[in-house]
Amino acid sequence: MRHIISILLENEPGALSRVVGLFSARGYNIETLTVAPTEDPSLSRMTIVTVGSEDVIEQITKHLNRLVEVVKVIDLTDGPHIERELMLIKVRAVGKEREEMKRITDIFRGRIIDVSDKSYTIELTGDSSKLDAFIEATDRTAILETVRTGCSGVGRGERILKA
Amino acid sequence: MNANNTSAELLSPASNKQNQDGPEMIGAEILVKALHAEGVEYVWGYPGGSVLFIYDEIFKQDKFEHILVRHEQAAVHAADGYARATGNVGVALVTSGPGVTNAVTGIATAYMDSIPMVIITGNVPTAAIGEDAFQECDTVGITRPIVKHNFLVKDPADLALTLKKAFHIARTGRPGPVVVDIPKDVSFQKARFNYPDELVMRSYNPVNKGHSGQIRKAISLLLEAERPYIYTGGGVILSDSAPELKQFVDLLGYPVTNTLMGLGGFPGTDPRFLGMLGMHGTYEANMTMQHCDVLIAIGARFDDRVIGNPAHFSSVPRKIIHIDIDPSVISKRVKVDVPIVGDLKEVLVEMSAMIKAAGPLKNKSKLDAWWSQINEWRKKDCLSFDRDSEIVKPQYVVEKIWELTKGDAFVCSDVGQHQMWAAQFYKFDKPRRWINSGGLGTMGVGLPYAMGIKKAFPDSEVVTITGEGSIQMCIQELSTCKQYDTAIKIVSLNNRYLGMVRQWQELTYNKRYSSSYMDSLPDFVKLAESFGHVGMLIEKKSDVEPALREAFKMKDRTVFMDFQTDPTENVWPMVQAGKGITEMLLGSEEL
Repeated sequence: MRHIISILLENEPGALSRVVGLFSARGYNIETLTVAPTEDPSLSRMTIVTVGSEDVIEQITKHLNRLVEVVKVIDLTDGPHIERELMLIKVRAVGKEREEMKRITDIFRGRIIDVSDKSYTIELTGDSSKLDAFIEATDRTAILETVRTGCSGVGRGERILKA
Repeated sequence: MNANNTSAELLSPASNKQNQDGPEMIGAEILVKALHAEGVEYVWGYPGGSVLFIYDEIFKQDKFEHILVRHEQAAVHAADGYARATGNVGVALVTSGPGVTNAVTGIATAYMDSIPMVIITGNVPTAAIGEDAFQECDTVGITRPIVKHNFLVKDPADLALTLKKAFHIARTGRPGPVVVDIPKDVSFQKARFNYPDELVMRSYNPVNKGHSGQIRKAISLLLEAERPYIYTGGGVILSDSAPELKQFVDLLGYPVTNTLMGLGGFPGTDPRFLGMLGMHGTYEANMTMQHCDVLIAIGARFDDRVIGNPAHFSSVPRKIIHIDIDPSVISKRVKVDVPIVGDLKEVLVEMSAMIKAAGPLKNKSKLDAWWSQINEWRKKDCLSFDRDSEIVKPQYVVEKIWELTKGDAFVCSDVGQHQMWAAQFYKFDKPRRWINSGGLGTMGVGLPYAMGIKKAFPDSEVVTITGEGSIQMCIQELSTCKQYDTAIKIVSLNNRYLGMVRQWQELTYNKRYSSSYMDSLPDFVKLAESFGHVGMLIEKKSDVEPALREAFKMKDRTVFMDFQTDPTENVWPMVQAGKGITEMLLGSEEL
């Protein structure tokens, strides 16, 4: 089962490696990981997408809470939430492919943010499955480069993670 | 939010720097003053280039004693042993690079058994970090997975607050070792010293009070139990809850078992004590574990050496109550019905009060039947051994030590067969008397542990029960014992084998004794004498008691007793790795 874990932690050197080290030491998976400081620069917000049984997820959240620099942990997938991921994808765009790529980009509500004679760079935002679907819809041989940020998530409505 | 804002201010190094009203001094002196403020009595360590400013400041003070070991591993073990015996935070000091890597085994040992420690490590100057400087290593990186927390201090102005945090983190919640890494320039640059009185950390707030709803659920399970069992571990020792546990058991009259780490948490001579459980636990302790209907785990963690195969353990229905300060140990290996996160002492006091209020127990007749079943199991007499043997039996030696010290010694062990015999045959009535490496299973801890304990309790008998394999892993510390006149008694159960390895090879590897034979052993008597101690060789059973008596009489000497024991003796009972807890081998005749 896929879970999105949100972590609020002290923005201190080494805090990220403690989290990552915990996952590798205990054999947990990290599908994606994003981290950046919050509006309070002394705090960082991290989103980890992981896959595991309920028991494993319980252990992951308990062990994360045990880290001294971790202020709060929630499993976003426990309740209503929104997730977004940003992808920059560079595709070959020559001849009739140019029109086709533009059309797919529009369908997925993406934006072409850079253009050369032979390529487009497309910006696409959405949940991870939408980005997967875009890649599926694109001719694989046309994809030159893919950069994804990994998932960021937030609880819906009054569901707030704050120190 | 206000509380959090306050803690954020307290935490931020910037606010600490603004609070510059203390006297100005170099980082090394700040460190020494902070150790004074924490009431540190002893520091075990070894100097080197990166910590010379610190050693210079240590030279100028006399509030704590520095003990120079012969290897950094022993510095950490000695401080760890001190912490285990006293409950205080143990402090070790090592230099950068190899000083740190040598200390790693000691740190991991303390971490696995949740021992409160602060390890100060020197590092190369901040400007040289990352340049592969002489004696440089990534200390925080290397130690990260084996510490409760670690710090790299880059500014002397942060040093006092960091040390305050280090001691606080080490001793609160589930205790553990904390490493403070101090680059050389930080130790000689100046800052104002102002040791904080209090500390609030927004990201670190261990829960001490158990959830009252869960406690009520636990009480009703306990009072209705027909076949109850109390299973306690190292948490009882660490939280100093032995008196509270005793009161709890007195109210209920239920059977009790201890893990290896929990021995002494409940009196070993109490009739309600079934002995240690687990891989080398007693028959009755393991049978009771499997057949109880309500199990209460108190500061224990259902370790693989304790419950054996978890699938076998969980194959029978029973309700499990689990009290622990660390939520992550609950439902880690077995599913728990009633989890209680909190300080054992507080929770036990609350539970005892509720049991008292509930009046006389209503499960008396069921309980009597349960006790008669347990007493049937006891008749197996699973710890019996050949008492007529002329060859020295290791169990006999441990039993004699128990008799002669009246059960009141501090007993350290190394790791292996001798450790199990010590655990089985020395009946610990008091907590913090049994000092061994349970989690990591580190051979070589015995001698340095004894050094640490003897410092704290100079008038008490401190005995290290070891083997000829383990003792050689830290034997250089005999030299430290000489330098500081540390009078400890070393009982080496010398069977000329790495006994536990040999036992496994006998049982599971068809007697192929691959590299488990100890050839070319030194003459331990001469070796002890060469270090300035007393050496004794004991080859006959009839010499065991007189030799021990003679050794214990030498109050101010370290005595190394080389007991030539039965080379083929095995530790029984035994649950082989991967087997269920009741699938015990009780002796060689079953093979």
